[in-house]
Amino acid sequence: MTSALLGTRRGALIAAIILLIALALPWFVYPVLAIDIVAYALFAVAFDLLLGFTGLLSFGHALFWGGAGYVSTILIAKANAPFPLAVVAAVVYAALLALVVGAIAIRRQGIYFAMITLALAQLQYFFAYQLGNWTGGENGVQLTGGRGTLFGIPLENDVAFYYGVLAVAALGTYLVVRVVRSPFGAVLHAMRENEQRAVALGFRVDRYKLVTFVLSGTLAGIAGVLFAVGNRLSGLDGVDWHTSGQVVMMSILGGIGTIFGPILGAGIFEALQHYLPTVHWNVFGVVLEVGDKTNVVMGTIFALCVLLFRRGIVGELLAPRAKRAKT
Amino acid sequence: MALGLSVIFGMLRIVNFAHGAMFMLGAFVAYYGLALAHLPFYPALVVAPVIVGLFGLVLEVFFLRRLYGLDPLYGLLFTFALVLILEDAMRLAAGALGSPYAPPSSLAGATNLGFTIFPTYRLFVIGVAIVVCVVVWYLLERTPIGARIRAATEAPVLVRALGIDTQQLVSITFAAGVALAALAGVLAAPNQNVEPAMGDKIIINTFAIVVIGGLGSIGGSVITGFALGLLQTLGAVIFPAFNDTLIFLLMIIVLLVRPSGLFGNPAAAK
Repeated sequence: MTSALLGTRRGALIAAIILLIALALPWFVYPVLAIDIVAYALFAVAFDLLLGFTGLLSFGHALFWGGAGYVSTILIAKANAPFPLAVVAAVVYAALLALVVGAIAIRRQGIYFAMITLALAQLQYFFAYQLGNWTGGENGVQLTGGRGTLFGIPLENDVAFYYGVLAVAALGTYLVVRVVRSPFGAVLHAMRENEQRAVALGFRVDRYKLVTFVLSGTLAGIAGVLFAVGNRLSGLDGVDWHTSGQVVMMSILGGIGTIFGPILGAGIFEALQHYLPTVHWNVFGVVLEVGDKTNVVMGTIFALCVLLFRRGIVGELLAPRAKRAKT
Repeated sequence: MALGLSVIFGMLRIVNFAHGAMFMLGAFVAYYGLALAHLPFYPALVVAPVIVGLFGLVLEVFFLRRLYGLDPLYGLLFTFALVLILEDAMRLAAGALGSPYAPPSSLAGATNLGFTIFPTYRLFVIGVAIVVCVVVWYLLERTPIGARIRAATEAPVLVRALGIDTQQLVSITFAAGVALAALAGVLAAPNQNVEPAMGDKIIINTFAIVVIGGLGSIGGSVITGFALGLLQTLGAVIFPAFNDTLIFLLMIIVLLVRPSGLFGNPAAAK
């Protein structure tokens, strides 16, 4: 059921609609917010690859997102590195980190896996906090000198940068869809359904998990670089465990294992986070202001989501169809 | 020092993000008790855990209970949502900066232990921690109720077949776990600022302790908790800058050498 949409004509249609919306996005919202949304969407897709298709819940994905963000901004701001070099270095960093963390974490499953990834992500958080000379501590790293250059072309136009981000995110998502629909993805599916049987069939389960983890972490790193450079800032927020929690919330809100769901979830989440603080409704004389209660509202939405519709938005929409297909 | 007490969370086998928030709530109840009702410290040690424990009971009965049949990850996620709600609610109510909470005058000052001089309040906290650990251990290992709780966590279906209401046991255990978190919160209040984010810091350490000690091993998490408390105190002297990371490095080493945790049962790990 999970990948029911992928590869069908309807799935292609939805992908096209999402792409069209994404293409038009800078006309509706601030370009930088549009960058945020698309970067988070790629982050959520990367996360969904791990949770939705191997069943491993990482509560430390900020490790790759924030870590790669730091590496790229530090290289651009302090070493004056050209943009492509900074990106490559940051992505390599995320991939290596994912390899090490993955190798440690896949020794355990379920809640333990979540706790280990969380703890390891906090390790990086403490380092980022302590190494204030490099990371700027509480202030973060700001790209006051701009985003750097790509083959000599400056990257300061937000709208142009947005389309670059969108292209990368679309490629990343396409890659995930291809992976999920490949023989490799089929093995992942088999592992999730019945791990013992997959082992008995001769698959090296741990190796498949590790590869998926590294892929997911690397993509999360790419998303983190786009976000950090797009905002010209990387700070402690990016490596904090609340960020890891956010991507979990986005994926669950949209629907785990549906790829489209997390994209939608990221869009809704970012939009809410941006617009909720400005809400000022006057309902029959009662003024309703969300203001700084944003987290309370977001937390409540997420709690209800976990309690009532665990399949997420896309998952719920697909559910009746899946049921019909069975009967 | 709260580390010594945070051990207790682990043994109830409820992995719960909200424990940090409950810890914070306990400290706040004590703080408001003093500020609004002139509730002194000692009664607050009892009152705050009871109030927060009841709150935990409500949460369990109305929300968490609905998630038991599912993947335990959903419980984890729900409690994460709770953290967001509670932390922000407290931030609105009390401000982000936090307020100091003075220890009672009888525990202020320092005591000369012969070989070293130690703050009296810390001695008190260590004493309470030991007492609570012993009491909890006794309750779980030596009383009929404890036997039932242990049985219910190991083989709930069988226990239910014997005519015991496991649901009730789980509720009680959850409330007790939450109350202990609140107690730790009250105890920690005079040592650090009472602030909405105080729970965040403790919960990650607790997770690491549970992983190192091995989940479900009561003795394991108690020993690990105290050992790590000691390690952190020593670490603060030897290399202060990376003290916070010590516990995680230890966790990595333990996972590499013994994936089921120091005191865990290897068969139960997977």
